[in-house]
Amino acid sequence: MTRVFVPRDAAALAVGADAVAAALAGHAEIVRTGSRGLFWLEPMIEVETPAGRIAYGPVAAADVPGLLADGLLDATAQHLRLGVPGQIPFLARQTRVTFARCGIVDPLSLDDCRAHGGFQGLDRARALGPAGTVAEVLASGLRGRGGAGFPTGIKWKTAAEAAGARKYIVCNADEGDSGTFADRMLMEGDPFALIEGMAIAAFAIGASKGYVYTRSEYPHAIATFDQALAIARAAGVLGPGFDIEQRTGAGAYVCGEETSLLESLEGRRGQVRAKPPLPAHKGLFGMPTVVNNLVTLATVPAILRDGAAGYQALGMGRSRGTMPIQLAGNIRFGGLFEAGFGVTLGELVNDIGGGTRSGRPARAVQVGGPLGAYFPPSHFDTPFDYEAFAARDGLIGHGGVVVFDDTVDMARMARFAMEFCAAESCGKCTPCRIGSVRGTETVDKILHGQDVDKNLTLLRDLCHTMKFGSLCALGGFIPYPVLSAMNFFPEDFQRTPALAAE
Amino acid sequence: MPMLQEIDYGTPAVHADAMVTLTIDGRAVTVPEGTSIMRAAMEAGIKVPKLCATDSLNSYGSCRLCLIEVEGRNGTPASCTTPVAPGLKVHTISDNLRRLRRGVMELYISDHPLDCLTCSANGNCELQDTAGEVGLREVRYGYEGENHLQAPTDSSNPYFDFDASKCIVCSRCVRACEEVQGTFALTIQGRGFDSKVAAGMDEPFLTSECVSCGACVQACPTATLMEKSVVELGQPEHSVVTTCAYCGVGCNFKAEMRGDQVIRMVPWKDGKANHGHSCVKGRFAWGYAQHKDRILKPMIRDKVTDPWQEVSWDTAIARVASEFKRIQAKAGKDSIGVITSSRCTAEEAYLVQKLARTAMGNNNTDTCARVCHSPTGYGLGQTFGTSAGTQDFDSIEHTDVMIVIGANPTDGHPVFASRMKRRLRQGARLIVIDPRRIDLVRTPHVQADYHLPLRPGTNVAVLTSLAHVIVTENLVDDAFVQSRCDTEAFADWAAFVSEPRHSPEALEPTTGVPAPLLRSAARLFATGGNGAIYYGLGVTEHSQGSTAVMAIANLAMATGNIGRPGVGVNPLRGQNNVQGSCDVGSFPHELPGYRHVSDPGVRAIYENEWGVTLDPEPGLRIPNMLDAAVEGSFLGLYVQGEDIAQSDPDTRHVTAGLLAMECVVVHDLFLNETANYAHVFLPGATFLEKDGTFINAERRINRVRKVMAPRAGLGDWEVTQAIANAMGYPMHYDHPSQIMDEIARTTPTFAGVSYARLEQGAVQWPCNEAAPDGTPIMHLDHFVRGKGNFVVTEYVPTDEKVGPRFPLLLTTGRILSQYNVGAQTRRTANVVWHQEDVLEIHPHDAEERGVKDGDWIRLRSRAGETTLRAVVTDRVAAGIVYTTFHHPLTQANVVTTEYSDWATNCPEYKVTAVQVSPSNGPSEWQVSYNAMAVKSRRIDAAGSSRIDAAGSSRIDTAVAGD
Repeated sequence: MTRVFVPRDAAALAVGADAVAAALAGHAEIVRTGSRGLFWLEPMIEVETPAGRIAYGPVAAADVPGLLADGLLDATAQHLRLGVPGQIPFLARQTRVTFARCGIVDPLSLDDCRAHGGFQGLDRARALGPAGTVAEVLASGLRGRGGAGFPTGIKWKTAAEAAGARKYIVCNADEGDSGTFADRMLMEGDPFALIEGMAIAAFAIGASKGYVYTRSEYPHAIATFDQALAIARAAGVLGPGFDIEQRTGAGAYVCGEETSLLESLEGRRGQVRAKPPLPAHKGLFGMPTVVNNLVTLATVPAILRDGAAGYQALGMGRSRGTMPIQLAGNIRFGGLFEAGFGVTLGELVNDIGGGTRSGRPARAVQVGGPLGAYFPPSHFDTPFDYEAFAARDGLIGHGGVVVFDDTVDMARMARFAMEFCAAESCGKCTPCRIGSVRGTETVDKILHGQDVDKNLTLLRDLCHTMKFGSLCALGGFIPYPVLSAMNFFPEDFQRTPALAAE
Repeated sequence: MPMLQEIDYGTPAVHADAMVTLTIDGRAVTVPEGTSIMRAAMEAGIKVPKLCATDSLNSYGSCRLCLIEVEGRNGTPASCTTPVAPGLKVHTISDNLRRLRRGVMELYISDHPLDCLTCSANGNCELQDTAGEVGLREVRYGYEGENHLQAPTDSSNPYFDFDASKCIVCSRCVRACEEVQGTFALTIQGRGFDSKVAAGMDEPFLTSECVSCGACVQACPTATLMEKSVVELGQPEHSVVTTCAYCGVGCNFKAEMRGDQVIRMVPWKDGKANHGHSCVKGRFAWGYAQHKDRILKPMIRDKVTDPWQEVSWDTAIARVASEFKRIQAKAGKDSIGVITSSRCTAEEAYLVQKLARTAMGNNNTDTCARVCHSPTGYGLGQTFGTSAGTQDFDSIEHTDVMIVIGANPTDGHPVFASRMKRRLRQGARLIVIDPRRIDLVRTPHVQADYHLPLRPGTNVAVLTSLAHVIVTENLVDDAFVQSRCDTEAFADWAAFVSEPRHSPEALEPTTGVPAPLLRSAARLFATGGNGAIYYGLGVTEHSQGSTAVMAIANLAMATGNIGRPGVGVNPLRGQNNVQGSCDVGSFPHELPGYRHVSDPGVRAIYENEWGVTLDPEPGLRIPNMLDAAVEGSFLGLYVQGEDIAQSDPDTRHVTAGLLAMECVVVHDLFLNETANYAHVFLPGATFLEKDGTFINAERRINRVRKVMAPRAGLGDWEVTQAIANAMGYPMHYDHPSQIMDEIARTTPTFAGVSYARLEQGAVQWPCNEAAPDGTPIMHLDHFVRGKGNFVVTEYVPTDEKVGPRFPLLLTTGRILSQYNVGAQTRRTANVVWHQEDVLEIHPHDAEERGVKDGDWIRLRSRAGETTLRAVVTDRVAAGIVYTTFHHPLTQANVVTTEYSDWATNCPEYKVTAVQVSPSNGPSEWQVSYNAMAVKSRRIDAAGSSRIDAAGSSRIDTAVAGD
């Protein structure tokens, strides 16, 4: 029977992938895969032919009988035919390292994974030894993909050299940034990449246990990853020497912050810890711990397998390798775009992303989640690079890009930032706990045209207090969206009582 | 006297060998590595504004006021969470920091009531002070925004209020409850702006797990958690450091005063036993000093059935002297005696025993240690050579494995229990040996590795079988034994414990402790690092109390756990000065310093000092005095600060003895139960009303300082002195310091002690030329007796056995909120936690007897019977029942028997065969006793008769709830 690949990724399921699979049942051998990340084409199915896979999409269940009748199974049907997936421009322009297998392999087939280069990185790490492994990661220039961009090799080295009765690897899969889905896609599409990455990290620092902290809003990812863990355990990939446990969060954004994540893992309130001590010295249960973002860990196997040099050759400046950029919001071609650092924001939005979905001009782009700055089109020349964004008071964060068209009210977006902070603040530090509430109230006063100039000054002062006074990045970075909205879109803040009444 | 201002360094002191030098605001500072920049700054005299930091708690970093700048580093880190590093250049002042701090303070004040002038913390509020320090002038957010100003006040706790509207959510209370007290009753509930402090599951404080230790109140920087006494009376204006008069931990407190009124008692940070912590008793239960039941005038009567007549001090003292002389003239010099008090000061105990040995001319002096830790004195004397614990409390910081046997520290010694719990949370291991599942077995973040639930009365069997495992499995510390101990004695002992009959398996039917559990516990203790043994009255108050103490000492020596920090044999002494009263010669056979009266050299010292000839024969112990009274040869007794009618075993025998005497003199705060049999009542002074010293369980000589004049006019030492003078033996002390000087002059272990020395810090005896700063840890290089002595500890079952008539074993203990016979705590608001004694009974035993939770039951032994309510619980094993002895109405000791320790006569409180049956109300004995007590408490004052109200209503209250 012909094999047809139907994604089981949540983004595909949301638009009917299960119904498509059901409609195909009996006609073809169905292989469920992850998503390639071309969300506007989901459900995107692929037919296996002697010449390779041919993609169709977006396919609705209702399309299936017609497609079958027209020769779907030998890929002669023309309706919805996308051709060779790798030749779709959105994919063709990518450099897939971390997501190389995603959308291609059966995520729960260890054989499939191995056939596509899986676990060769772990083998090479073992050959290199722990110190050699750390050196390789250091040489690759890999930095933390959660947002802080801290060199992964240095973190590993610190934990490897720290004394402790036990050590831990913790994967931060509490992917809460707006417009981000890379972690989820990988857990659903290539969970063994993460397992392998954690095994390598554990080997490098001498950890005996790993935890994956997954956000509760990802039921499919949780289920898939748990199955993958069971398979890996049965196959002896995980075992007494190193095992991984998945823990599900309880819906707190702040638990994506590494220290509150650790608190939550320990069974306590998800509340930020002051640093020092660094988790690499005293982390989970007081033991040396590497906390890495999921994308960081899932990238490690490829680096080890193919060598640091190749990865290091990609990218620009101090941002080496690739970044899975997630295009979302008001955008025509939404999805995951993995590329070497350096692609500009304008290319991402207008070229790769095809402009806004509404067809109206893009007015603002928020990169890096709810704590990221809003960039106007005048900043579209900014290359995707940690330092370049930082130089313009922005951040790339976890690689989420959210596009807004010209109907957006940036004063309301500033209010939303404060409101988000108020809703998600752990409540430990004063600037965030009280400041976010006062910030919301102050923007409200501005929106109502009340003492606008005085309140704009107060809002700037508050942003200063929060930025330099907050304990963690939540309160410390919330000023970025607020100040960028005020700086780039000042006209939206000049409210008068009359305008407010309208 | 001004208010004692303690410096808050913000974060705890760090102990490290490596020192780090850095520059703060241009000043070079050198501190131990790991110290926070905040603390380093404070040590250099630079106070960084702060709210969430206080040096009793680990740094937390939440208030964001203590931000600083470090040259070459980005941002503005919090000084409390940033450790020092060599060469750092730190700035605590800059325009940016000033702006940030004002910004943070502006946020705080935007959600805080502006009622400073009417606030109970006015004048002593860290928020107010800090707002001043950062120069906040304006709150631009206004006060109309979201806020907590309407949050309610929880007044449920009798001692403090929780006013949530004033809370700044600094978490100091929550952290104090966790880190200092270890109860984890408080939490922050909700998140973000909704974060709030909650007790338990958002319950009132009173009904939550809160144990009212006061740590949260002390930690609170605002008026959110505030003593009701401050709310009512205002802020204090001066303070005096003194020592708590409850248990043997010996916590130092600042009595914070307004005039001669105590506003509050605040634990003193420099207190060497408590390091700034307290429990509900010491912290709050001092109101008894002002209770209406206090007797403030001396009283006399001819017969105990007469009403009391109030008289002058002179009349009362004259009556005591004339009666004692009359009795001695009639029945011989040995026909009278004294009982010293472990609640009074060491100087007062010394004076009372001196009264017996001089004015009375006999050695008839005994003390309440007879009924608690006399076996400790004997047992540790035999094995180590000194009648006291080997360690200081700080030693626990180095302990890896602790055995807690026959002690319930969370209730009996709560402040030390908090330190134990902290050490256990840090990873130390715990073995609990107790018939009952005490709190330490499982309490938040602490769980005993092994709980050996032995049958009451089998301590010696369990301890010997622990030794059996250690010896037969070759876990003995041979190097220690060879170099430090009497090897012949060790060999005898090792052979003895190795006998198969002492194996855990052989003894399991006797002890009820599963053998595998006992073996594992023994291995852990022998191999787990520094091992310390803590024990209490559950060890001593047995027919084999002294044997058990020696078995403990054997165990410590065999495992090499003596003579360094983290180890040792640690009796948890029950009373504030029970160590001291024993130290200064309260026992009939020993002169001060535990030196036997038969030793002519020692007698010569005192004969010379006191100018009398001393009897070389030991005098009577308390039980002997009572026996002799019943026989008619002992007719006069001076009891200072002890209620033998309630606290001593076999109450019927005690009261029979008292009734048989011709002159019983009770010197006490209240008309206690013993006073029902008294002919003279001398009003005592509380610890607030006199100077002196209390010596705690770690041999620490703590100063007690007078904060108010004696309410009855005389300190207790002055009364004893007056009796001596009236009996014709001159005593002329002007101040208790002179008494201590006399003790120091005559007692080698106290030779270096003086009030001047104690002003520099409380030392632990021995304090003398060899150890001018005292002796925190004893037996460092060699035992006081030379070589450590192993004693063979044959287990002899008590004669008190269960049988068909009395099938259950009763054991007794204490509860956190009450203290011993409750004379003090029952006269405070502590009664809200424990209004009556109850009997804990296992569900199976209750079921068999048709007893339900809360039922009124009759508790019977061969000695007597009483009634009380049942609590059905599996904290006690089947076959065992448990009660407390805090309430005179219950009279738990009516039930206990005359059996006692073979060596010291310490009563066997902990094992009584009893039967439990449903009951309709008080026993006959309770009814008749109560009638007698009411009658006996009548006072004829200036012609009018007043009856003690509390006494008259007690039975009614108890029965009404049935």
